[in-house]
Amino acid sequence: MSKRKLPKGSISLSQYRDQHFRGNRSEQEKCLLESTTLYVGNLSFYTSEGQIHELFSRAGDVKRIIMGLDKVQKTPCGFCFVEYYLRADAESAMRYINGTRLDDRIIRTDWDAGFKEGRQYGRGKTGGQVRDEYRTDFDDARGGYGKMLANKIRRSSDLSSSLASS
Amino acid sequence: MDRRRRHTDSFSEDEDDDRGRKRRRIATDDVDIEDRLESLITRVGEKSTSSLESNLEGLASVLETDIPNYKHQIMKILCQCVVKLPEKLTVYTTLVGLLNAKNYNCGGEFVEMLMRNLKEALKAGEFENARMMVRFLADLVNCHVLVATSLLQMFDSFVEVTLEDNIPQVRSDIYIYLVLSALPWVGRELFEKKEMELNNMLITIDNYLSKRQKIHLPALRVWTTDGPHLQEEYLDCLWAQIKNLRSNKWMEKQIVRPYLAFDSVLCDALQHTLPQIIPPSHNKSVLYPLPRVVFRLFDYTDVPQGSVLPGSHAIERYLIEEQLDRIIHTNHVERKDCAMALLGYPAKNKIPLNYMIVEVMFGQLFSLPRAPYLDLFYGSTFIELCKLQPTTMPEVLAQASEMLFDRIDSMHSICVERFVQWFAYHLSNFQYKWSWDDWEECVNMDANAPKSKFVREVLLQCLRFSYHQRVVESVPESFAPLLPAEPKAHYRYEQEGAGSLTGTMHAHKLISSIRSKCTPEEAAISMKELPNVYPNGQENENPSFNPLKIDVFFSTLLHLGSKSISHSFAALAKFHPNLKSLAEFDDGKVCLLKVLYEVWKTNQQMMVVLVDKLLRTEVVDCSSVANWLFSFEMQHDFTSFYVWEIMHSTIKKMSRHVDQLQQEVDNAHDKQEAAKRKEQDGLDVLDDDVPTDEAIERMEERLESATSAQKNLFLVIFQRFIIVLTEHLARCESAGVDYNTPWYKWVIERLQQVFLMHHELVFRYINTLEQLLFTSDVDIHILEVFQQFCALRS
Repeated sequence: MSKRKLPKGSISLSQYRDQHFRGNRSEQEKCLLESTTLYVGNLSFYTSEGQIHELFSRAGDVKRIIMGLDKVQKTPCGFCFVEYYLRADAESAMRYINGTRLDDRIIRTDWDAGFKEGRQYGRGKTGGQVRDEYRTDFDDARGGYGKMLANKIRRSSDLSSSLASS
Repeated sequence: MDRRRRHTDSFSEDEDDDRGRKRRRIATDDVDIEDRLESLITRVGEKSTSSLESNLEGLASVLETDIPNYKHQIMKILCQCVVKLPEKLTVYTTLVGLLNAKNYNCGGEFVEMLMRNLKEALKAGEFENARMMVRFLADLVNCHVLVATSLLQMFDSFVEVTLEDNIPQVRSDIYIYLVLSALPWVGRELFEKKEMELNNMLITIDNYLSKRQKIHLPALRVWTTDGPHLQEEYLDCLWAQIKNLRSNKWMEKQIVRPYLAFDSVLCDALQHTLPQIIPPSHNKSVLYPLPRVVFRLFDYTDVPQGSVLPGSHAIERYLIEEQLDRIIHTNHVERKDCAMALLGYPAKNKIPLNYMIVEVMFGQLFSLPRAPYLDLFYGSTFIELCKLQPTTMPEVLAQASEMLFDRIDSMHSICVERFVQWFAYHLSNFQYKWSWDDWEECVNMDANAPKSKFVREVLLQCLRFSYHQRVVESVPESFAPLLPAEPKAHYRYEQEGAGSLTGTMHAHKLISSIRSKCTPEEAAISMKELPNVYPNGQENENPSFNPLKIDVFFSTLLHLGSKSISHSFAALAKFHPNLKSLAEFDDGKVCLLKVLYEVWKTNQQMMVVLVDKLLRTEVVDCSSVANWLFSFEMQHDFTSFYVWEIMHSTIKKMSRHVDQLQQEVDNAHDKQEAAKRKEQDGLDVLDDDVPTDEAIERMEERLESATSAQKNLFLVIFQRFIIVLTEHLARCESAGVDYNTPWYKWVIERLQQVFLMHHELVFRYINTLEQLLFTSDVDIHILEVFQQFCALRS
């Protein structure tokens, strides 16, 4: 009976592990299991801190929200961290908010080991989140096409317009 | 058996995978026979490719061979199933019946163990578990495990509780409920075998129920009127349903009874007699369940043709509702499983299941004093239900919303508030699409009229979830008068005409100092010369605070941080010492809160969030928040929902603080005692771990002052309530007009809400409240609220 029960269902840990975590795997897992902080993804770039606060405070008192920013432009780039005062409230958010809508988008929540300075910035080459570099769909609320595809489109249209003008 | 079962998993695909893998491992390793037994027993009765009867038969044979070695474990697992899986009650009574037929001793030992558990549950005040055990025992009569007479004896001893002197009614109520809620299962058998004894018992119950006091009823009703549906107390309703069942010769159509198929096997079995059980006597520490009022939204005319909604006094209504309640209870931590399980309710072809689910879910969401689970659970589960049944569920939910809106005039304010919260949340998940035109009537209504208030507050909530433009675009143009103002900070020192204000120069100077990163000390020095006047120039004779200083400093700070919540928090954190000293005393704290209102009155979320921050950083305290909310300046917003959101979150924070200190004191005592025991046993004690007497004393002092602050907070709130309500009643009387205005309804029900939402706490101070505030010279309308509340536990 002494063996610790791992959380099941909606509040269990996902497969994702932050590669930049300082510490080994088991330390990381321990942090995640005790954490009161959630990573929130698939936000619109236009969703404000207030909107996030409104939804997440329905699960319990929110301590702070750290908006994810584009490293270069310092503008919201579609993710954030939500920290609660209590673990139980963070669990409620995992149970009842993950997979529901905010600002007409289905958002995703996951456990986070706790906010550290620097983590508010996107880790993609161009400053935003990595997923927004490779996306091939058009997502108006996240800056249109993925960055690589957008560059390609821009280059080819530059080319065609320069051809047309010459 | 194991292999077959593996295919019967119902739920979502990914979960299916997970469970399958886990069980395969257990089966192959064969490490833990107990786990295997548990999984076998707990899974019987789930959806399966073979019939329930053959599964039961198979399981009974497996267990029969395991009994010699694992008897105790098997009994324990079965006893857990009684309380944990009551939705499969008859499956397990049948199983016990089959085991008893094979092995008489084994049946006897099970009954003994269950009786022991029942006694413990009653003693510990776990009445819901006790109720499931009593019902199980009752059904064992049907399975020829128990003698009918001995069950009746147990029932009689429960009914006798009603004859005890000096006990609260909630005690006798719960014992009657234990009996009544078992009767649908065993009524027929008792009627056939012991009709006279059964009838005598029912007469006693009838006598008891006709004499009960129901002062508490108004406090628990979702609707103040009885139209279109009667608002019944739970025991009265169940009694009416049981009387109907009796007139139908105790035949019902809802309970699945697998034991009927085994009648030939079971009827040969030997039966046991129950050992005598005496209800543990009453003592003050036992908390009995509070009474309830049965929630009714639909009747058969609301439901499309093809299925029939059982009438409100049909026993089937009770049985289905209870099962749905149980499904929610079992699955409330996984909203997707919950939605799936509700829609998978076995009797779905005969009944309008969607309607019953919606009614039960709203019944829980609106239940008073509090909903059993987080409001958000109901909202997110409704969304799942809509996803699973996209063609039917949204329609039923829309119909329900229409009906709730239609009946909103008589709906309790607490429930209106929950309705607003849910409705806005639901809209935010469905692109804010709603047939608003149907509700156009409320555009021209009094702002305090419930329908108009509802729409206004919903739009305010939508504003918090989205943004102003979005809300404007979601409603018809004619709704313009109901729309919230665009939220923005109002900073008087940069508005037109600011030049003539006394504080403008200082405010502008402060802006540039803060922008050039001045220290808190430097900021304080720059405020020094401001005279002790109000921003309008009027002199302030109270030397304990300087309203102009507070206004200039705090409004400038809020203005500079107005970009977002985080910016505001950062500003508050940096200049925390300044705020502390500006609002050192009570009047200063209230003044500071008034400035907050002046700046952020069009952004309610900001007010809620910032008051929370000011409380947590101890710039203001709980009673100053209460005094502010009741102040003249806030009268205009007094019936606005955000005011009460702030009030209740303030009370909650106070009580969390007290609980925390209490826990610290308890822990310290425990540690000290443990150390003393160790010392007595001659063991070494590490000094640094053990709190000293002085340390404990300090903790106790802190706890004491927090408790008295809490008591004081309630006194402030209730006293202010009495004042505003008494003024209103007197004003109406002298003017000769009806006191019962929309404003009055909102306010008196907000008073009720403070009692109900924090009922455990308020009960602690009930004597003080009675002696100091709710005395006989208080107007009866106000006093009634207090009396209804007291009656909840009497």
